[in-house]
Amino acid sequence: MTQGAEQSDRRAVDLSILSDPKNLAVVRAAAEKMARQEGFAPNDVDGIMLAIDEALANVMRHGYEGQKDCEIRIRLEATDDQKSGAGLIVTLRDQGKQVDPEVIKGRDLEDVRPGGLGVHIIQTVMDHVEYSCLEEGGMQLRMVKYVRRPDEPSS
Amino acid sequence: MSMAGDPLVRDVQERQEGSVVVLAGEIDYNQSHKLLEVLNGVIEKRPSCLVVDLGAVEYMDSSGLGTLVKIFQQVNGYKGKMALVAMNDRVRNAFEITRLDQFFAIHQTVDEALQA
Repeated sequence: MTQGAEQSDRRAVDLSILSDPKNLAVVRAAAEKMARQEGFAPNDVDGIMLAIDEALANVMRHGYEGQKDCEIRIRLEATDDQKSGAGLIVTLRDQGKQVDPEVIKGRDLEDVRPGGLGVHIIQTVMDHVEYSCLEEGGMQLRMVKYVRRPDEPSS
Repeated sequence: MSMAGDPLVRDVQERQEGSVVVLAGEIDYNQSHKLLEVLNGVIEKRPSCLVVDLGAVEYMDSSGLGTLVKIFQQVNGYKGKMALVAMNDRVRNAFEITRLDQFFAIHQTVDEALQA
C-alpha cells in the first residue's frame, strides 16, 4: 500500500493499558522515546514523562478508584503547526468517574504536605492542559508541549 | 521485614550518626507504598538522623515525593533530622517543579548529610 508524503510524516502512537500501576513504567518508556525523537531537550523529556505519569496515576487513583482492570487509552502524537512549532500532543481517555473540569486545579505549594501534587506538575510542565467529560462516560485529558527554541527558558 | 534483595532498597546502614537508606530504581505510584513501608520500618527506631540516598534512583513521581514528605513529618515529630542525598537531574527536576527542593535538606554525599 502506498502512502502520500503527508501520511508518512504523521507520527502517532496509540497505547491501551489496564489501570494497574505496574503499567506506568511501560508508558513512561514510550513517552520518553517519542519525546526524544521529536527533539525535546532532556529536561523537557523528563517533564513530559512525569506529566503523563502523574495524569495516569490520577486516573488510576481517582477515576478508577484503585481498580486495576479498567482501560486507559493513551495517544502520543507529534504536531507541527505554523504558530507554535513542533510539539507533542498527549491524550488520555478513561471510562472512570467524571469530575467537573473546573474543579481540577493544582494546589498551593506553600502548604507542604503529601498528596495533590500531580495536577500542579501537569500544569507546570505542559504548555496546554484541557480536561473534559466524555459523552460516553469517563474523562479525557489533552496536554500539549512544544519544543522550545534554544533561546527559550525552561518551564 | 526483609529488605535485602528488594530492588527498591539497595541497602540500610545503621551508623553512629544516624540511619542511611539507599534506594534504587523507579519510584512511582506502583512502588511508593513499598517505600513508605521501608522508611516507616527504619524510623520506628527513631534515628536521630535519617539520610535517604537517592543516587541510584532513576525516577520519582509525586507519590514518591509525597512519601518522603510524610516521613519527614514523622521524623520532625520526634525532633529528628532528615536529609536527601545525590539525586540525578531527572529526580531533581521533580523536586524543583514541586518546590520540594527548598523544603528538604539536600546534600551531595551521605557523610556531608550526617555531619550537617
